[in-house]
Amino acid sequence: MIREFAIVWANSGQLLNGLLNTAGLAVLGMILSVLLGSLLAVLLMARSRPVSLSAQAFVDLFRCVPFLLLAYLVYFGLPSLGLNFDNWTSGLVAIVFYNTAYMAEILRGVWRGLPRDGIEAATAFGFQGWRLFLRIILPQVFLIAAPMMGNQMIQIIKDTAFLSIIAVPELTHVASGIQSQYYVPFAAFLAAVLLYWMICSLVEAGVFAVERLARERR
Amino acid sequence: MTAAAFMTLLQGAGVTLAVSFAGILLGVPIGLGIALVRWGEVPVLRRVAAVYVSLIRSTPLVTLCLLIFFASPSIGIDIGPVSAAVLAMTLNTSAFNSEVWRGGLVSFPKDQLEAARSFGMRPSGAFRRIVFPQLWRSALPGLVNEMTLLIKGSPAIAVVGIVEVTRAAVRIGATTYEPLPPFLVATVLYIALVFGFVCLQRVSERTYGRAGASA
Repeated sequence: MIREFAIVWANSGQLLNGLLNTAGLAVLGMILSVLLGSLLAVLLMARSRPVSLSAQAFVDLFRCVPFLLLAYLVYFGLPSLGLNFDNWTSGLVAIVFYNTAYMAEILRGVWRGLPRDGIEAATAFGFQGWRLFLRIILPQVFLIAAPMMGNQMIQIIKDTAFLSIIAVPELTHVASGIQSQYYVPFAAFLAAVLLYWMICSLVEAGVFAVERLARERR
Repeated sequence: MTAAAFMTLLQGAGVTLAVSFAGILLGVPIGLGIALVRWGEVPVLRRVAAVYVSLIRSTPLVTLCLLIFFASPSIGIDIGPVSAAVLAMTLNTSAFNSEVWRGGLVSFPKDQLEAARSFGMRPSGAFRRIVFPQLWRSALPGLVNEMTLLIKGSPAIAVVGIVEVTRAAVRIGATTYEPLPPFLVATVLYIALVFGFVCLQRVSERTYGRAGASA
């Protein structure tokens, strides 16, 4: 058993690389899907029925499809439409599409529940349109939505493991490579599990800090 | 896409459902057990349960499947891919289910429990007759939500060689060189499965949601 862990330790550089890929995909995916999700949330809250209904259909579709299937659709399906991405970019595109839908749903839920009086006070002070959205609505929405967005971030980190199936060199893929090269399954995958645990705990700690900030501001 | 390919996809959907149901049937009661250990503040075991939940909740299902499937022979148990998949799904969903059960237990009114105890009920009787009948109603919507998440995570079991819907679609695409049609059919199958659960959730929320909220 100790020998197994020694082999994994000797390959810790590879594992670190995998971890960086996982974290990079998750962070980049998170940033892009928050940006796009905010735009989609605006469409979901639009007054015009056709706009909000088609945004809703988009969100519902993505919430029903398993992430791996979407990754396959991007990786194998888009080339037949003439769009070619490499594995890493395909993975990122799948993450962004998938989580944009979830982010929009989270942000819309919080936005709906926002107290009216704050927004009315802002309009009385002359805030309108985009300025109202960016300066008044969005900051409140983000503070309240932080715990849910943190959960989604953890979900993204875990979803990246699916990308090992389309050969993205992330943590699980690297662990899988080490295990098949040296036959050290337990040590290799346990190391991956512990690394996932570590980054997910970091995100949880971050969420906790934001929650405390939100409580203090109230 | 041929009729045979369509049948393969339907079979894959059957496998997805069967493995997911096995995971749910085992994982829901285990989750309750874990939640009770933490709620009842059983010494030592509650710490173990807390670590278990935290660890499993941050482990991707893919990685868990691989770990169980490849590492089990090295400790002398040679489990097949199906048992490995069911075990991974069970471990995964039990951790999430335990949080749903625990949420219900934590918000359970203490006075009812005290009343039951003062009428001379033993803890096990109070749990069976007072807590559980209310608990499962308030937990049901959350549990059904976890079930849909499990179905959506189920493609992970393909890594140990089980041909479920997604894997079946990949295989068909690889033989016909037209990956798009089988993927789209697979998407429709998943939507049907997940939508079934969403309907179940709406019904359970309508029937029991209010009772749970007032409890």
